[in-house]
Amino acid sequence: MSKTAAKNAAAAAEAPRSSVRKTYKLYIGGAFPRSESGRSYTVTAPGGEFIANAAQASRKDARDAVRAARSAQAGWAKATAYNRGQVLYRIAEMLEERRDQFAQQIVSVEGGASAAAYAQVDAAVDRWVWYAGWSDKLSQVLGSANSVAGPYWNISSPEPTGVVAVLAPATPTLLGLTSVIAPAIVGGNAVVAVAPDACAVPAVTLGEVMATSDLPGGVVNLLTGSTAELAPWLAAHLDVNALDLAGVEAGSELARELEVAAAENLKRVVRPGRDHDWNADPGLARVKPFLETKTVWHPVGI
Amino acid sequence: MTAQLALDEAGLRRLLHGLPPVDQVGADARAAKLGTRSIKTSAKAQALDLAVRMVDLTTLEGADTPGKVRALCAKGIRPEPDQPDCPSVAAICVYGDMVPTAKAALAGTGVKVAAVATAFPSGRAPLAVKLADTVAAVEAGADEIDMVIDRGAFLSGRYALVAEEIAAVKAACRTNGHDAHLKVILETGELATYDNVKRASWLAMLAGADFIKTSTGKVSPAATLPVTLLMLESVRDFRAQTGRQVGVKPAGGIRTAKDAIKYLVTVNETAGPDWLDPDWFRFGASSLLNDLLLQRRKLATGVYSGPDYVTVD
Amino acid sequence: MANSGIFEYAPAPESRSVVDLKASYGLFVDGEFTEGSAGSFKTVNPATEEVLAEVAMGDDADVDRAVAAARRAYDQVWSRLPGRERAKYIFRIARIIQERARELAVLESLDNGKPIRESRDVDIPLAAAHFFYYAGWADKLPYANLGPDPKPLGVAGQVIPWNFPLLMLAWKVAPALACGNTVVLKPAETTPLTALLFAEICQQADLPPGVVNIVTGAGATGAAVVGHPGVDKVAFTGSTEVGRLIAKQVAGTAKKVTLELGGKAANLVFEDAPLEQAVEGIVDGIFFNQGHVCCAGSRLLVQESVAEEVVDRLRERMKTLRVGDPLDKNTDIGAINSAEQLAKIRTLSEAGEAEGATRWSPPCELPERGFFFAPTIFTGVSQAHRIAREEIFGPVLSVLTFRTPAEAVEKANNTAYGLSAGVWTDKGSRILWLAQRMRAGVVWANTFNRFDPTSPFGGYKESGYGREGGRHGLEAYLDV
Repeated sequence: MSKTAAKNAAAAAEAPRSSVRKTYKLYIGGAFPRSESGRSYTVTAPGGEFIANAAQASRKDARDAVRAARSAQAGWAKATAYNRGQVLYRIAEMLEERRDQFAQQIVSVEGGASAAAYAQVDAAVDRWVWYAGWSDKLSQVLGSANSVAGPYWNISSPEPTGVVAVLAPATPTLLGLTSVIAPAIVGGNAVVAVAPDACAVPAVTLGEVMATSDLPGGVVNLLTGSTAELAPWLAAHLDVNALDLAGVEAGSELARELEVAAAENLKRVVRPGRDHDWNADPGLARVKPFLETKTVWHPVGI
Repeated sequence: MTAQLALDEAGLRRLLHGLPPVDQVGADARAAKLGTRSIKTSAKAQALDLAVRMVDLTTLEGADTPGKVRALCAKGIRPEPDQPDCPSVAAICVYGDMVPTAKAALAGTGVKVAAVATAFPSGRAPLAVKLADTVAAVEAGADEIDMVIDRGAFLSGRYALVAEEIAAVKAACRTNGHDAHLKVILETGELATYDNVKRASWLAMLAGADFIKTSTGKVSPAATLPVTLLMLESVRDFRAQTGRQVGVKPAGGIRTAKDAIKYLVTVNETAGPDWLDPDWFRFGASSLLNDLLLQRRKLATGVYSGPDYVTVD
Repeated sequence: MANSGIFEYAPAPESRSVVDLKASYGLFVDGEFTEGSAGSFKTVNPATEEVLAEVAMGDDADVDRAVAAARRAYDQVWSRLPGRERAKYIFRIARIIQERARELAVLESLDNGKPIRESRDVDIPLAAAHFFYYAGWADKLPYANLGPDPKPLGVAGQVIPWNFPLLMLAWKVAPALACGNTVVLKPAETTPLTALLFAEICQQADLPPGVVNIVTGAGATGAAVVGHPGVDKVAFTGSTEVGRLIAKQVAGTAKKVTLELGGKAANLVFEDAPLEQAVEGIVDGIFFNQGHVCCAGSRLLVQESVAEEVVDRLRERMKTLRVGDPLDKNTDIGAINSAEQLAKIRTLSEAGEAEGATRWSPPCELPERGFFFAPTIFTGVSQAHRIAREEIFGPVLSVLTFRTPAEAVEKANNTAYGLSAGVWTDKGSRILWLAQRMRAGVVWANTFNRFDPTSPFGGYKESGYGREGGRHGLEAYLDV
């Protein structure tokens, strides 16, 4: 080694290291593509500091996400309930392991105290665990054996409705996203979720969690960007079966318009709630709207 | 089809088990629906007379005597002594030893003599005994033989044995130039499932039965509408495939005119009008005849009649 | 000698005398029959085209009165009654329906055109059973596993179709009342009469005034009910087209909605099926109620290996169907409900022929007057034909074929509808495999068109949402 080279190396070692930043991309079909539109938007902290350039999903990304969701849905629905429960639990495990990372991201995009951010992460982890446990109990709780007046065996059981588009609330970022995605997928649906604005940061990280949790690609697809831009396309999409309007203001004209658009193919619509408390016990309020009841008859004879 | 088909065990099994299955609930529902047809006025009058003409007036008791059989024959020839327009029944059905008595009583009337044979009703006797039983009845003048199948053999899957026995009895019906018609009793009450009823129907037809008959009347349940429906479907399909028409005889348990009309409706809408004839459909019954006569009187006179106005058998 | 001719069956008409038809009917609001404020319309017997009665045409003001009456009854009486007391009224209604069953059946057949055998044996007994079933729920709602403290929603606005007038009323009214709601119901324009007789039954049952209100009228009346701001819950059964409009109309409101809409059900017949019963199921599936059934098995999908045999048997069976006077007890296929519906069936059938499918009907003489359509099957139909995609709502069957189970499933699900499906096969594991894959709310395996108050009914996809019947049917009328 020459003398000069050795000197340069010593200088480099002494300089502060620049971090390797993450590129925030979409999560579609199990992959992390950029927006086909090439657009991005700046995610800033409440104080205005730059955090990241997130991919700004376009209507074509939404279309691709629906296609990915549709092709993944049948397989996910066919997986055993036990298996789906394990995958959701695995998501909780992965989330728990990244507790600090999510807490930091929540503080950066939402502001507020670190303790509150940790509380949100914990609530999100617990919510995944809660839904994980539901997978193999839904048909027992929601189904029924019906005593019809005749020689027929007759049972009703819940089945996934198909592809669900969910519009996640802006805040709480991680808990809100979790609270709209988990109940939709636990019963076997596939989801296209719009994570609006600053929500992109924890959303993409959640996508990474899902990508490493044995969740089949396409079961959850995350679009970051503008709800107002993406929602009308999803609401009108004829290959979407249901729509969760959580992220739209209750009573707003947008909420009404989306519901009108959704009526075109009779989507199941969950209307936005006023001042929804995302920390409250969710019950099955977001599970049941995305399940169909199928009733099967068969004669009983010899 | 019959001609090419060897009645060997494997061939029969393939054929019988290849028949479309029967859904019990669906078959029952279809029969019940046919039972809701409402037959009124002129159609009812014709139906009652047709039903009378289809009756195999039956006495199959250990206590039967020539006197009893002669009385039954008189009733069968002229069911309504004071009404000459009332038709005779199709046949008088008796045990083999009563055939000479019945034959004599019915001579020249067109009413046939049917004899149960083959160790009726159980059929539990050596083949030689069954054949002797048949030959005796045929030689004594029986026009029709009502045999029983070996249900034990059928239920244990020995289809060839059942078929061979039917074929042998059929041959016995033709002893010495006779040509008695062979009715094969499946005893459906012992066959347990509709799939078995269908298979037994086909088995009997393939083996040469001229008629397939539900029951001996000694086992409960005897004839039911769904079982008769299945047998009618079988004879219809058998004719469509082979060109040979086989008759159907529900026996036992049909006691009212209303029931009889339900059966006729079922014949009409299942096998079709070709079977609406005593040559192709019979009722094996005893008390049915009097109810048919009572209903006949009601239609003719407009007032309800009573048992004192028809003859006891 | 064959005896054809004997079983032509002489006419066996059910007596009309059990029905006491009035010349005109008003609206039933707040426990009384009242004049409508906007004139009237005529309801006709579709089998004869005779006018049966003049019926009031409810307008916005009438709907307003009815909703106000329902609200009062809800606030002051019905929502305050303990469940066991509500139950008694509903049980009473069930019993009166049974007591007046023949009258209701004849009236239904007169107004709707359906065979008396069906109104007598299916519609009316099932309507009574529905009230009986839901009456029993009224004091057991916390046990329905829907939530710890289920509460009624308030006033239910209900709009029902003409194909099963009283039965659809029962499907709507019984659970609504059991859950503690009050009702404003708009019967179909062409079949208002049994709903008005039901109003009389409510009076006979001493049901508190305003708990059930019946507002007759046409589409605008229905829209007024659905759109009324005083209505908390909307329940509709009818076409997907109108269901879509309703979903748009209630968008942005807090109204809870259930919709039971159209269908284009596939009836799958495999080579190992119980063929005789399958043929019967096909007939039941498409010719029951003249095919005016949202869950009708209007697409027959037969495995190619038995297609010819099944269609031959079906043709033979169709020859025994009797088309004609709905009041004749032997009629299998009655009158098409209206001239308008008859025109629609004709148009689509002509489209089927124009698209190259082969049309066949058994020889049958149709009455000269009235709206009748012979039972019809189309063979050689492909998925792309209009008659394989659009709901005809008439006695018209499209026959398609498949080769493998996977192809059968793919074709069966290849529709925007998802109300019902039929599968016929003797193989148990295949039945379950198919049942899992059918995208339909009701799957009939080795049977078809069976209904029961305990059995949830409703669609996937564009066949609507929400379930009627059974424990599931309660949820539509509860805040849980």
